[in-house]
Amino acid sequence: MDSALAVHRLHFAFTVTFHYLFPQLTMGLALLIFVLRTIALRRNDEHYRIAARFWTRIFAINFAIGVVTGIPMEFQFGTNWAGFARAAGGVIGQTLAMEGVFSFFLESTFLGLLVYGEKYLSPRLHWFSSLMVFLGSWLSGFFIIATDAWMQHPVGYRLGPNGEILLNSFSELLMNPWIPWQYLHNMTASVVTAGFVVAALGAFYLLKGNYPEFGRTFVKVGVIAGCIGTVLMIFPTGDRQGKLVTDHQPVTLAAMEGHFETMNGAPIALVGQPDMDHLALDNPVLVPRVLSLLTYQHWSAQVKGLKDFPRDQWPDNIPLLYYSYHVMVGLGTLLVALMALAAFFLWRGTLFVRRPLLWALMLAFPFPYIATTAGWMTAELGRQPWLIYGLMRTADGISPRVSAGNGLFTLIGFMGLYTLLGILFLYLIHREVDYGPLGEAH
Amino acid sequence: METIWFCLVAILIAGYVIFDGFDLGTGAIHMFVGRTEKEREAIISTIGPVWDGNEVWLLAGGGTLYFAFPALYASSFSGFYLALMIVLWLLILRGISIEFRNHIHDAMWKPFWDVIFGWSSGLLAFLFGVALGNVVRGVPIDANGFFFLPLWTNFQPGAQAGVVDWYTLLTGVAAFAALILHGALWVVLKSEGQIHTRASAWVNRSWFAVLLATVAVTITSFAIQPHLAGQFSAMPWGYVFPLLAAAGLGGIFVFHRRGRELHAFLSSCAYLTGMLTSVVFGVYPYVLPSNSDPSRSLTIYNAAAPRYGLEIGLWWFLPGMALVAAYFVFAYRHHAGKVKVS
Repeated sequence: MDSALAVHRLHFAFTVTFHYLFPQLTMGLALLIFVLRTIALRRNDEHYRIAARFWTRIFAINFAIGVVTGIPMEFQFGTNWAGFARAAGGVIGQTLAMEGVFSFFLESTFLGLLVYGEKYLSPRLHWFSSLMVFLGSWLSGFFIIATDAWMQHPVGYRLGPNGEILLNSFSELLMNPWIPWQYLHNMTASVVTAGFVVAALGAFYLLKGNYPEFGRTFVKVGVIAGCIGTVLMIFPTGDRQGKLVTDHQPVTLAAMEGHFETMNGAPIALVGQPDMDHLALDNPVLVPRVLSLLTYQHWSAQVKGLKDFPRDQWPDNIPLLYYSYHVMVGLGTLLVALMALAAFFLWRGTLFVRRPLLWALMLAFPFPYIATTAGWMTAELGRQPWLIYGLMRTADGISPRVSAGNGLFTLIGFMGLYTLLGILFLYLIHREVDYGPLGEAH
Repeated sequence: METIWFCLVAILIAGYVIFDGFDLGTGAIHMFVGRTEKEREAIISTIGPVWDGNEVWLLAGGGTLYFAFPALYASSFSGFYLALMIVLWLLILRGISIEFRNHIHDAMWKPFWDVIFGWSSGLLAFLFGVALGNVVRGVPIDANGFFFLPLWTNFQPGAQAGVVDWYTLLTGVAAFAALILHGALWVVLKSEGQIHTRASAWVNRSWFAVLLATVAVTITSFAIQPHLAGQFSAMPWGYVFPLLAAAGLGGIFVFHRRGRELHAFLSSCAYLTGMLTSVVFGVYPYVLPSNSDPSRSLTIYNAAAPRYGLEIGLWWFLPGMALVAAYFVFAYRHHAGKVKVS
């Protein structure tokens, strides 16, 4: 039973991590494509039209992989997490079904028009399609966050006579206080990913000397989006998300920070490895009192340590949670610094000739992906050992009749298939980058 | 309320079968109807802008099933675990093959993606038929409401049956034939010249196969699942569903001969709807009968989400689907007309 639990967790974790590499770009890129299309329409500018068309091609490849790897996510609620599906389907089935009805149809219909329709739609209708694709993808994000928010912070339910979870307020489900900050944090992170990717490709073209006029546009659009995005990602959205965890999941906060002892004026750990044998941080580099300040806005506030929480409430993989959180925060800090620097030189008008900075922009694009993945790992590992916080243990959510062996078999299968998908994806992107915005007609 | 959602889920599944059905069928025959690369390109372009939206009916249907009948979703998805993993692989392979064949203009690789696309489309059509057959036949639900089915056992549709037995094999073949016919009618509607002629020949051939399969499936279904007969005799108005299927099948034959392409295609939609609704009407109020102990069957009552959620769901579901209808009208109007081989 224990190993089946591990297998089902890994099954979902692997497939969702791979899947989310694609939507995190497409959601941000949908906004940027809409911006490019708007500029193109208002100025009747062919340059921006070509830029939008180019990024729509990149979008479409990402979208396709996002769709085919997204279907297994919906299926897995039933195939691998049947216990959870039966207990909570009446609640989160609402948000998941709404995603299908309100966003998938919108997105897919208008993406078809955006990609294929430029010849036969009026410019205004074609622009409208880009708006609808943006709206559809951001709605999709909303319903997924609403689902996850309910698992992090269940609201709007009551327990039936046999302990079953019964939805009793639809409006509370959709107005869960957990949603706004988690949603905005996630969506700004998605804009950051898109900003970095667009800027990286622009930097590549500038360094290489290919399509310099597009290189400049891409760097400009990417840096502006990335700069706004990184700032919003940290403040207020990241900060407020952290406050929610502090207030509602204090044990998670302690584990994320590697904070074992309750104390007043708690320090924050910049470096250190949780040592679970001695319940302490190895070789810690601490900044005094900052954790108290960040969590309770007071230098000497008391922050409860892990040791003062019952052991069965602790997240079950504290080192990984701690590392994920620190990688997210560390990378987030680097990303905002890089974008601020780039934005400064963009404003001064010298960014396009500063080759070291262009190199940094080009090489930095994997980091928002890593930061986003680490952020999601923080959220999901931090919720453990609960599947629905305080309501249902993860161990109770798996499919009772699907054995560890069957789960492992299909997990390995997905690993193989997704490796192949990844290779094909990189090949296609490489081709598009090679053809460039003005390349071979498609 | 449970019955309303039972009908709404059935409508979503019918939407899936009608819409994704024609691109599955088109995918399965495009290698044969299109002999040259250019012809295949033209056939694929009839579904290129819409196949993804069509597949969303599956996701919306799945999501709605999850929301309205969580116990059914949990039981059936975990019980058909291995079969559904195969379906997932096929959906993934199909999705990437149509995208990649459109991106990679290479004489060596195009036929490769075409073969993947054709096989995955055909196999999916077959497997959806098998799935429907399983719902009619029933599965060995345990005391906790779960089961786990091997892919096949001794091919007998008894209590030891696997996912595939001779009966579900038959329903799979019937679905395969019906979607081939449906796809061929779509290609006829959307094409001209050589492709049109060949697709038309496929209609003629597959029509007889569908007729045979329909008769065979009807007879065997009543034999396998006695509940069907009871249901139709208790509520004779339900005969309207098989009559719709029969009228659709007849309509395809008549309209196709007269060259009324749109009418023939719509008749095929009626046929598919009629067949599907006959099945769901016949099994009602079951959603997944147990073939070991009837008292363990999942019905719309014991599998449904609580009342409150179902009631509130109507408030967003109906306007949501009205929007969907608007998108589809919009998209298909812009995708009207026949394609030409370039």
